[in-house]
This record gives sequence, C-alpha cells and structure tokens, in this order.
Amino acid sequence: MDNIQKHLLEQIADLHDVPQGAYSLRINGALHGKNSSENIEIVKKEDKPGIDIYVKPGTKKESVHIPVLLSQTGLKELVYNDFHIGEDCDITIVAGCGIHNGGDETSEHSGIHAFYVGKNARLKYVEKHYGSGEGSGKRVMNPTTIIELRENAYMEMETAQIKGVDDTVRETKAKLEKGATLIVGEKLMTHGDQYAETRFTVDLDGENSGAHVVSRSVAKDNSKQLFVSHVNGNAACSGHTECDAIIMDNASVSAVPEIMANHTDARLIHEAAIGKIAGEQLIKLMTLGLTEKQAEEEIINGFLK
Amino acid sequence: MLKLENIYYSVGGVDIINGITIEIDERFVAITGPNGSGKSTLAKIIAGIITPTSGKIYLDGEDITDMSITDRANRGISFAFQQPVRFKGITVKDLISLASGKKLTITEACEYLSEVGLCARDYINREVNASLSGGELKRIEIAMINARGTKLSVFDEPEAGIDLWSFQNLIKVFEKMYERNKGSILIISHQERILDIADKILVLKGGRIDKIGTKDEIMPTLLGVEMGCRYVKEDK
Repeated sequence: MDNIQKHLLEQIADLHDVPQGAYSLRINGALHGKNSSENIEIVKKEDKPGIDIYVKPGTKKESVHIPVLLSQTGLKELVYNDFHIGEDCDITIVAGCGIHNGGDETSEHSGIHAFYVGKNARLKYVEKHYGSGEGSGKRVMNPTTIIELRENAYMEMETAQIKGVDDTVRETKAKLEKGATLIVGEKLMTHGDQYAETRFTVDLDGENSGAHVVSRSVAKDNSKQLFVSHVNGNAACSGHTECDAIIMDNASVSAVPEIMANHTDARLIHEAAIGKIAGEQLIKLMTLGLTEKQAEEEIINGFLK
Repeated sequence: MLKLENIYYSVGGVDIINGITIEIDERFVAITGPNGSGKSTLAKIIAGIITPTSGKIYLDGEDITDMSITDRANRGISFAFQQPVRFKGITVKDLISLASGKKLTITEACEYLSEVGLCARDYINREVNASLSGGELKRIEIAMINARGTKLSVFDEPEAGIDLWSFQNLIKVFEKMYERNKGSILIISHQERILDIADKILVLKGGRIDKIGTKDEIMPTLLGVEMGCRYVKEDK
C-alpha cells in the first residue's frame, strides 16, 4: 500500500495497515489480500467480483474488516459481497470505501452487500465512505445493502459519508422476520456541488419485529440531498423513520418519509425536519468565546457525531 | 468593572430601555423588577446579543459597545440564558469543555457538575437535548459559567422554569458561588433569597432604573404592595 491508500484506509476503518483477523482488502479493482479465521471464512466469488463471508453459528465477539480503496482515476467497479451470519452469532463487520481521485476521469465504486443474519444473531455493521484528491474527476459511490433478518436477529447499521463523495445513491432494503430488530443510523454531509440520495425500504413481516431508521445530514454550499424511506408494517410490529437535516448556503434537501401499515397492530411513526442552524445555538456558543464559524463547526460536528 | 452610560434601546417604535446609566463594581448585584421592565434586554445588551440604539458600555474602562458577542466573551463576560439552548449530539462534557476553553478530563468536568448538584456520572455523556429537564439544563448552564470563571457573570433568571426541589439547590449554588467567586456576578431574579445575598439591588421599571440601593434599603419596598404577590417571603 502506498501513502494515499494508507490514508484512505485510516479514514474509513481507523486502520494503519492490513487488519488482523478475518479481512478482505480490495485495492483498485482487485483483491489485494484476504484472511479467514477459524470461525469466519472468506471466499472469493468465481462468477463475479466480490466475496462470500461465512460466519459459523455461535461465533461471538469477532470482527471482519472489508475495506475497499480506489486510487486509480477512471476506475469503475461493481462488487458483490454476501454475508452469511450463522445463528446465535454476535459479531461486528467494518466495511468502507475510500476513493482518491487525482485525475480527470470519474472513479466509481458500487458495492452490493447482502446480509443473511441467522436466528438470534446480533450483527453490528459499520460503513464509512470517504473521498479525497484534487483531480476534476468525480468520486462516485453507490452502495446497495440488502438485509434479511431471521427470527429474533438484531442488526445495527451505522453508515457515515462525511467528506469528498461527489455523487452517491445509497439504497437499503430490509426484510424482518418474527422478533427481529433493525437499527439504522446514517450520517451524511455534502458540500460543493455534491449529490446524495438515500433510500430505505423496510418490510416488517414478522410479529414483534421492529425498525428504527434515523438519518442525520448536513447539506452545505450548492449540494443536494434526497432522503426517501418506506417502512411497511405487515404484522404486529413497530417502525420509526426519522430524517433530520441541517441546511446551509444554497443547498437543497428533500425528505420523503413514508410509512405503510398493512396490519391493525402495526405501530409506525415518521418524522422529518429540515432547517438551518438555530440562531440561539450559535449565540450560546459565541457567549462561550467561539467565533460564529467555530460555533457552526461545533454544532455540525456534534450533530453528525 | 462594568459601566453602562445612557443606554437606550427601542424596537419598532417601542422603547424598551429608556436611558440607563449604572456602574457595577460590587461582587454580587441583582436586577429585579416587573415583567416587561427591560431586565432581560439589559442583560443581552451587556452580553452583546442586542445592540443598543444609543449609549456606551465599558468593561474595565474599555469601550465594548461595538464589540461582538465573541469578543466580549473573550474579554471576560459570561452569560447564562434564561432558556438554555438544546443541541443535538453535543454532550454535557463537550459544552463544559468549550466553556472552559480547554479539553477537560472527565474528573474535571464532573467537578463542575457536582458543584451545581448534578450527579456527574449520570450526566457527563448525556446529549444536551430534549431529554434533559428544564431544571437540569439550568444547572448545566450555571456549570458552564463556573467553568468559564470570567470576571463578569450575568445570569438571566436562573430560577425560571425549575421545580421547587431544584430551586432549593439553586439557592445553595449561588450562595456558594458568592463565597468563592472572585469576579462580579450580575443576576436577574425575582427570588427574595437570591436578592438577599446581593450587595446591591437595582429595580427596573419601564426600562428605567426605579430604585437602586443595598438590600436593606430595597427589600422592604419590594415586599410591599407595589410588586404584588411576586415576592413571597419564604421560610428558611
């Protein structure tokens, strides 16, 4: 790995080098290295780019890192990663993509991640996206996440795209069986002329299933954002979707939260709020000695923390 | 310390402050008066949140009339809001650290919270959002002022919106602050027990100073008919 790639890796995974334990590292469109552990097997797909990750039932307190780095301008790739999480597991998966584009051509990574989470398993999935580079070529990322949670499975998904991604369409589709829970926390910041679109579709199919989808975003400069979520209550379940956005400069934010109840015992809530930073928040921090600019940064950092 | 000279403020043709000239050198000064008398406006003028229509403000002899909120804060003015502001994602520790101007350890931040009667460990990592009660926010607001430790601390009705239990503690906090604080405290209050520890009391009415004097001079007049039942003597 060169220094640019190491920087990307640090940004998206807090790693300084190749991770320990089970991992798969993809650099510039090719598998750079992978390692399976006793309980987690990583297998390269034969028919298309990507990997299959098999986690043995009952695996606890283990983690998998699957970072993707792109530093070659003009590279476009579509990768399929499938995660098969056995019953009763309790694991963490850290994914992420960093693009450094120093050239004029568009660099693009599209990842399709499918999670099949077994009965009673718990999964924490962390995904960070980051872009850098002075080139005029765009940095594009289009992640698709497919989630199937079996009975009483629990998944927490944290995604963050804070800097440098010019164009993104994020799509997440989830199906929940009886007693399953999905918690999604999305953090998004766009600046310059960036565009970010994020779409969630959650089907609460099983009795006592529950989903909590929360997106917090900041749109600066001339950037545009679109948030769309559909939460469908098809059983006695609970669902909550929330979009909370701070808008600045000449940005534009659209939030379309939709809830649909197909069962009388489905309890669904949606919330959406878009607004600029409250003047009183700025004033409060200024009375502590911060300049207006510093106050703004603190408020945004806190909001996206 | 602080000098206001001929301060006027009007908005939309309505006069809010009608020529106030005062000097504050005492360690603990209370401003009181009926609703709408201009107390909060005056506090905001001192903090730089409101710009007066005319008049001058001096801090230690320096003209700060045209200074921003930030510059005044950095010259030693702190201001506790009557209605504390909520922040999504910013924790109690973050705010107290910002107030102190340096990165605090958990132990240091906890000390400021304990001083205002909050069990520090329960609060330190809480977000300063809608999950905190009015009384809790008020005390965090005071903890921030303590963490700043500036030469002038202005409190706008610290007792407003808090429950009785919190109020009893609040009084103790101010009594302790009075004993310890080396700078000046300027407090807007309706509470007799807070006025009772003031070195000087100003009574505002219609945007003017109606009375000014020691507590022995002012308190008897406040407890009379003039202010109605706002001032009720409590058992101590």
